Amino acid sequence: MRAGLRACLAALLLFISSPALAVQPDEVLKDPAMEARAREISKELRCLVCQNQSIDDSNAPLARDLRVLVRQRLVAGDDNSGVLDYVTARYGDYVLLRPPFKASTYVLWIGPAVVLLLGGIGAALFLHGRQRAVAGGETAAPLTPEERQRLDRLLREDT
Amino acid sequence: MRRLIYILPLGLFVVLAGYFAVGLTRDPSVVPSALIDKPVPEFALPPLLNDGKGLATSDLKGQVQLVNVFASWCVPCRVEHPVLMRLAREQGVTVKAINYKDKPEDAVRWLNQGGNPYAAIGADQDGRASIDWGVYGVPETYVIDAEGRIRYKVVGPVMPDEVERTILPLIRELQG
Repeated sequence: MRAGLRACLAALLLFISSPALAVQPDEVLKDPAMEARAREISKELRCLVCQNQSIDDSNAPLARDLRVLVRQRLVAGDDNSGVLDYVTARYGDYVLLRPPFKASTYVLWIGPAVVLLLGGIGAALFLHGRQRAVAGGETAAPLTPEERQRLDRLLREDT
Repeated sequence: MRRLIYILPLGLFVVLAGYFAVGLTRDPSVVPSALIDKPVPEFALPPLLNDGKGLATSDLKGQVQLVNVFASWCVPCRVEHPVLMRLAREQGVTVKAINYKDKPEDAVRWLNQGGNPYAAIGADQDGRASIDWGVYGVPETYVIDAEGRIRYKVVGPVMPDEVERTILPLIRELQG
């Protein structure tokens, strides 16, 4: 009975608990619209300590400092790209979770499409070639008289 | 022409394999600095010690020097400390410091214990100035040329072999 109650309570607690948010209450801006922009920008920025998290997700102290910095820049009047530029100037493109489209990243962005295109062309050529072979009646040439004689001989030997 | 088409996938594979092979040899935790060959950022930090020096942008012009970002709570900083001591005492390299998010009394105790290799120390209590330097962990060390530009950055502790191989030759070269 006791154990059952405890299990129910644990299940209930699990149910009502939500994933912990990295953003602390004291960081949140008063203006909801500006706070929403701050969250949006934070999701674009990589936490350099944890690397595969955004600063919006990360509990690292540096991520917190950057979240505060993002909000300071917004309050100071920067637009969204201005804030991203400010951080990129200090930490480089690596800090952006979505790499920018430029000469050094063309391969990254276009590469998969090029490979797919090449594969598609290859497949099309192969299928086209095969179809033409079938349609053109490219079957084996009829047997020459010598071949026919040899075949007949072989068949007779068999019986 | 036909043979070329069959070789193409192999060629593509070799190119991609080479690309990934190079990528795999790189340490993903080391982020290249965006500030290499750029002037040191605008900053001004109060002194850590009561020597009234602190550290600001204008202090980093006029001579080739190192800027080391450290904290007393940082374990790898203890590893590099003797290396910095030798650089300062034996090689005559000027080393200045940013003390990152540290309690001043802890930092002072650490310097009293292990020795003080620094010609000047700025206290960055909230870590804001370090963000302008692109610091994402301690320790980090920057080589600054006489014009006050960042020329090289070491992420993590400065180790003796890197001093011999890269840092000292670079300093000598920059000193001309």
